[in-house]
Amino acid sequence: MNVPEHLHYTSDHEWILLEGDVATVGITDHAQEELTDVVFVELPAVGKRVDAGDPTAVVESVKAASDIYAPLGGEVVAGNSEVEGDPSLVNSDPYGSGWIFKLKVADLATVGTLMDAAAYKALIG
Amino acid sequence: MINPLTESSGSLDSRPERREHPPVDATLKHTPLESLHAELGGKLVPFAGWFMPVQYKSIIDEHQAVRTAAGIFDISHMGQVAVTGNGAGAWLERVLASPVAALAVGTGQYSFLLNDAGGVIDDLIVYRDAQDSFFLVINASMIDLDLAWMQAHLEPAVVLDNQSQRWAGMAVQGPEAVGVAARALPGVALPERNGIVRTTVDGQEIVICRTGYTGEDGFELFCEAGVGQGWFRRFIGAGAAPCGLGARDSLRLEMGFPLNGNDLSPTRTPLEAGLGFFVGWDKPDFIGRAALLEQKAAGLREKLVAIRYTGTGAPPRAHYPVHAPGGDVIGELSSGGLSPSLREGIGMAYLPVAFTKLGTAVEVEVRGRKFPAVVVKKPFYKKPCSGHSQPEKELTS
Repeated sequence: MNVPEHLHYTSDHEWILLEGDVATVGITDHAQEELTDVVFVELPAVGKRVDAGDPTAVVESVKAASDIYAPLGGEVVAGNSEVEGDPSLVNSDPYGSGWIFKLKVADLATVGTLMDAAAYKALIG
Repeated sequence: MINPLTESSGSLDSRPERREHPPVDATLKHTPLESLHAELGGKLVPFAGWFMPVQYKSIIDEHQAVRTAAGIFDISHMGQVAVTGNGAGAWLERVLASPVAALAVGTGQYSFLLNDAGGVIDDLIVYRDAQDSFFLVINASMIDLDLAWMQAHLEPAVVLDNQSQRWAGMAVQGPEAVGVAARALPGVALPERNGIVRTTVDGQEIVICRTGYTGEDGFELFCEAGVGQGWFRRFIGAGAAPCGLGARDSLRLEMGFPLNGNDLSPTRTPLEAGLGFFVGWDKPDFIGRAALLEQKAAGLREKLVAIRYTGTGAPPRAHYPVHAPGGDVIGELSSGGLSPSLREGIGMAYLPVAFTKLGTAVEVEVRGRKFPAVVVKKPFYKKPCSGHSQPEKELTS
């Protein structure tokens, strides 16, 4: 299972790439494999303010819709319109072109609440 | 935050247990094929009171395997009831809504168990395997209720035998199902469409029915539970791809086939469901007949219709509201999903008759957003003509 070292993770199978105070968010390789066949992605509106844990995007497989919550509080600064047009990117390139949204993080101290790659690997066994 | 394991529910709120852990619900029933599903990489989830594989690798791939080649589904959760005795035929003629007496030995038909109000308790297939012997295949979640209803209406010259525990079941479906069955069952005379054959292979009693729930040709095979895994492997070896309940649902929905509990219920009649064709109207009496005739005379207020998105949108799912364009809620989806063949959202809903004409515009509400849709004819999916290689044209017409 692919778990890149340089990313942060949540126990709910999201990855977070931190660049300055901007966090790019997607779902992990493990999550896309469990979901299989992503057929629809609903992106948040740019400018939306979210608290950690707020439902922010939706990823749908053939069988079910799954919420993606904000891993950190902040403001949505971008949604990946490419995955709107081709949701299968979430399956084929989960850590790259399959990213879902970007947040301007309100408080960088909260990054400490996220897991590192080793902790996430241990979680998914 | 994501819960990637909600395949069974289609609901944002429900959070079924993960497959790594045993199901918390100790009342869940287990298919005799469970360990084989695990070996084949199946994802097991609670369904209709059973712990069943929703998929192996990909619902879309499994769906396409059935549309283009052959797939095999575990249907061991479904119930079987043998009805025998010299009063069996006459009794079933009254207890079921279809013209059972017209069945020739070795054939079957789609039927309903109706309540006195004409509502659907269950939909089922009834086969006549001898003059005074019938084999009913009923829905998994309805086994207890169906039997209680039949027991309550039982008559002296009729014997009911619930054989649901005895049989493992598997459905082999797809354009190559006949070839697969011929390889797995060499020398066995296979039944014709809607037919049933009881035979013994390698000393094992099997029941082969020529039916299915996918719109493709195929068979449902029942064998003793203890040898179910061997038969499932045998069909895989003969060329059938293992498929889960996810593909079974998308395949049946593309055909507009109803799912009991979603599209059929005790408060809806076969007339409202658009299934009056299967009712034996000429029969002098059957349970629910008076109510159906009354409803027919009075006219329907609501009907089950097929709805298709006119563009791309979030997959429609059961219970999503259906609106008049720009207006009020007029119903909710009873089933819905993204059609793997059409790559568009499809669903069914009971709507007021004013909205049931083909071509009527409606809207499906998904998380507050509305997606335009139109009432269309069933089935959603039509098979490409054999011998012609124009699937795209066929599918989009």
